[in-house]
Amino acid sequence: MSNNTMTGAEILIKALTDQGVDTIFGYPGGAVLPIYDALFKQNSIRHILVRQEGGAVHAAEGYARSTGKPGVVLVTSGPGATNAVTGLTDALMDSIPVICLTGQVPTHMIGTDAFQECDTTGITRPCTKHNYLVKDAGDLARVVHEGFYVATNGRPGPVVIDIPKDVQINRAEYTAPEKVRHKTYRPRVKGDLEKIREAVEMIAQAERPVFYTGGGIINAGPKASSLLTQFVRMTGYPITNTLMGLGGYPASDRQFLGMLGMHGSYEANWAMHDCDVMICIGARFDDRVTGRLDAFSPKSKKIHIDIDPSSINKNIRVDLPIIGDAAHILEDMIRIWKAGARQVDPARIEPWWRQIDIWRARNSFGYEKTDKLIKPQRAVEALYEKTKDRDPYITTEVGQHQMWAAQLFKFENPNRWMTSGGLGTMGYGLPAAMGAQIAHPDKLVIDIAGEASIMMNIQEMSTLAQYKLPVKIFILNNQWMGMVRQWQELMHGKRYSESYVESLPDFVKLAESFGAVGLRAETPDEMDSLIDEMIAVDRPVIADVRVDPTENVYPMVPSGAAHNEMILGSESGASEVPQATDEGLALV
Amino acid sequence: MQDTIARHTISALVDNEAGVLARVIGLFSGRGYNIDSLTVSEVDSANGVSRINIVTTGTPMTIEQIKAQLDRLVPVHRVSDLTVEGPHIERELALLKVRSSGEKRVEALRIADIFKARAVDATDRSFVFEITGSASKIDAFAELMRPLGLVDMSRTGVAAISRGPDEI
Repeated sequence: MSNNTMTGAEILIKALTDQGVDTIFGYPGGAVLPIYDALFKQNSIRHILVRQEGGAVHAAEGYARSTGKPGVVLVTSGPGATNAVTGLTDALMDSIPVICLTGQVPTHMIGTDAFQECDTTGITRPCTKHNYLVKDAGDLARVVHEGFYVATNGRPGPVVIDIPKDVQINRAEYTAPEKVRHKTYRPRVKGDLEKIREAVEMIAQAERPVFYTGGGIINAGPKASSLLTQFVRMTGYPITNTLMGLGGYPASDRQFLGMLGMHGSYEANWAMHDCDVMICIGARFDDRVTGRLDAFSPKSKKIHIDIDPSSINKNIRVDLPIIGDAAHILEDMIRIWKAGARQVDPARIEPWWRQIDIWRARNSFGYEKTDKLIKPQRAVEALYEKTKDRDPYITTEVGQHQMWAAQLFKFENPNRWMTSGGLGTMGYGLPAAMGAQIAHPDKLVIDIAGEASIMMNIQEMSTLAQYKLPVKIFILNNQWMGMVRQWQELMHGKRYSESYVESLPDFVKLAESFGAVGLRAETPDEMDSLIDEMIAVDRPVIADVRVDPTENVYPMVPSGAAHNEMILGSESGASEVPQATDEGLALV
Repeated sequence: MQDTIARHTISALVDNEAGVLARVIGLFSGRGYNIDSLTVSEVDSANGVSRINIVTTGTPMTIEQIKAQLDRLVPVHRVSDLTVEGPHIERELALLKVRSSGEKRVEALRIADIFKARAVDATDRSFVFEITGSASKIDAFAELMRPLGLVDMSRTGVAAISRGPDEI
C-alpha cells in the first residue's frame, strides 16, 4: 500500500470537509471513539455536543432548514443510533437533507449481539432515504460523497452511514468527491416543456384559480420562492401555503390567503374547494390538507408540480403532473407566460376575488379580545409585531401553539420557519432552534413552544448553556396537552383522559438552573414587557407565558369531514360541532 | 373501473447490494401492498445488477404508486410494469411430490404427460414432478394432482420478460 493512506476516521473527516461541512451535532460513545479522536486533532469542523442523540438530529434539521445545506449528525452504535430514529423519520417525512453517521461494532463482531450492537441499517431502512453499512475503509470516502449527493438531490432526505469501529481504524486511500458519481441515481430536474406549456395555458384561462404550494418551494432554494412570488404576482391569482410551505410566498401580501388545511384559514380552504384550476407546487395532498378525499376540490383541474414522481396521484388524482425541480419549472413557466405576452383580464377573475373577500371577512383566525387573560393567539401576534423587523427564525414544538404560530406569525422569506410537519414530533422545536442559532449566531431565534412539548427535549437547555446560544423559548403554557384536550372536548365527550400535565416544573427556576434567564407573564400587560425583555437579553431565555387554558384552535376541519366543512370559533360566527362519525373517530 | 383490482407483473433492475431485497420487501409491507410472488437473481454479474420480478394486485392507482415507490429507491435502476407495457411471457417452475399407489400412480403419470411435466425422482411409492409454465398452468396441474396424492410442493415464483426485441 502506498504512503497516502489514512485511517478511516481521518478519511471521514476529510470527506466531510470536502463536502463543505463546518458543523456536526453529536454525542460520543465506544463505537465512534476513533472518529472523536480524529475530530480532536483538527480545526475545520466544529462539533456541537448535544445531550441526547434525538436532539442532535433535530438540531441538524434546524441547521439544514435555516441554511439550505445538509445537517450532519454523529452518534455511537446501539442506543446512539436508536435514539436518532425519531429525528430521521422526521427528516424523511419533511424531506430534510441530513447525514447521520453512526458507529457500529467491528465488522467481525456484527451479528454476535455484541455490546451496544444493533442492526442500524435494518432499523433505519424504512426511515431514511437511503442507508449504507461501510465494510471497508477503502469504500468510506466514496460512500460519504455518494451519501451527500443522495441526501441533497431529488427530493431531499436523511441518509445513514453506519461505520464499524475497525473501518474507522483501518488505513486506506482517500477518494476525492469529483471522482465519485452515483451509478444510477439521477433525479429529473427540468420539467417537460410540452406539459409546462399546457399548464401555462390552463393557468391563463382559469376563472377561479388558486396556487397551493408547499415545502418543495423551500427545498428548491430561495430562488424558487422569488420565482413563485414573481409568477403569482404576474397572474394576480390567490395563493395558499401548506404548513411546510410557509415563507415560500410573502405572508403579508394581499394575494396570500394564509395556511390551508385542518387548521387553515376559511378563505384558503374554500378557495381550494371552489377553484376551477389548482396549481400545486411542491406539496403532496396530505390528509391534513385534503380532508375527506372524495369531497376534495370537486370542480377543479389540478396541475401538480413535484420532484418526486411517487407524490403524483398518491392521494388525489391530478390532471396534469409535471416532474421536476420547482425553481426550474417556475422559470420555464414565467418565460413561456411572458413569450405569449399573456395578461390576465382583471374582470375575469374579479368575481373570484370578490367571493374570496367575502370568505376572508369571516376573519377565521379571530379570537376574543380580553385584558383579563392572555389569549395564546394574542401572544403570538404580539411576538410577531415586536420581532418582525429583526428577521427572526422561528421553530415550534407540536400542538395548538404550533397551529397558532402557523396561522398568525407572518413569514416573508423562506428558511425562517421550522416545524415538524409530517411526523408531528413533540420536542422538535428546542433542538431545531439550537441548530438554527448555530447556523445564524447573530440572528434572533425563537422556539414557540407548549409546556408539554418542551419537556420532551428539555435536556438541550444544557447545550444552549455550553455554547452560549441565545435561543428564546416562548412557552404558551396552558397546563394541558392542548391539542389532545381540544380533540377530547370536541370528539370524546369532554373526557379529558391523561391530557392534563400535573407537576410541571417552575420554568423560571428551571431556566436559571441551566444558566438561562427565566421570565413569566400572567396578564397581557406583563406579556408585552416580557417579550421586550426576552428580545433584549443576549442569553437563552425561557418565557413562561400563562395563557387561557380553555382556548381551542379554529377553524378546524374535523377528521372525516370535507375540507370546506370547518368548525369556526365564536369570533367568526361559531358553527355547530358536528357529531363525530365512527369513521371520523377512527382517523388521526 | 377506477377501483378494479387487477394482477400485475412488475420487473425491476436493481444494484445487487446488501439489503436491496429487504428495501423492496419493506416497501411492500410498510405501505400495505400485496406480494403474490417474488423472484430475484443476479442477471448481469459484470455490472452487479439483479432482476426482481414481483406479481402483485391492486387498483390502477395502487399499481401506479407501487411502480413510483419502487423507482424512488436509490439502488433501483429501472421499473417496468410488464402487464401494462405490452405482451410478455411469464414462467414458473414447480416441483410436486405425489405419494400414491396402484391406479392413482398410473393416473398421475398420465396427467404429468399431458402437462409435459417430467418425473425427476421416483420411488416405489412416490414421484417428484418438475413442471414449467404459467402460474395458472401450475395451479391447474396441482389441482389435478391433489386427489392423486400430492403431499409437497415447491414453486419458484414468476420470472417474466417482455416479448419482442426491446430490453427492459
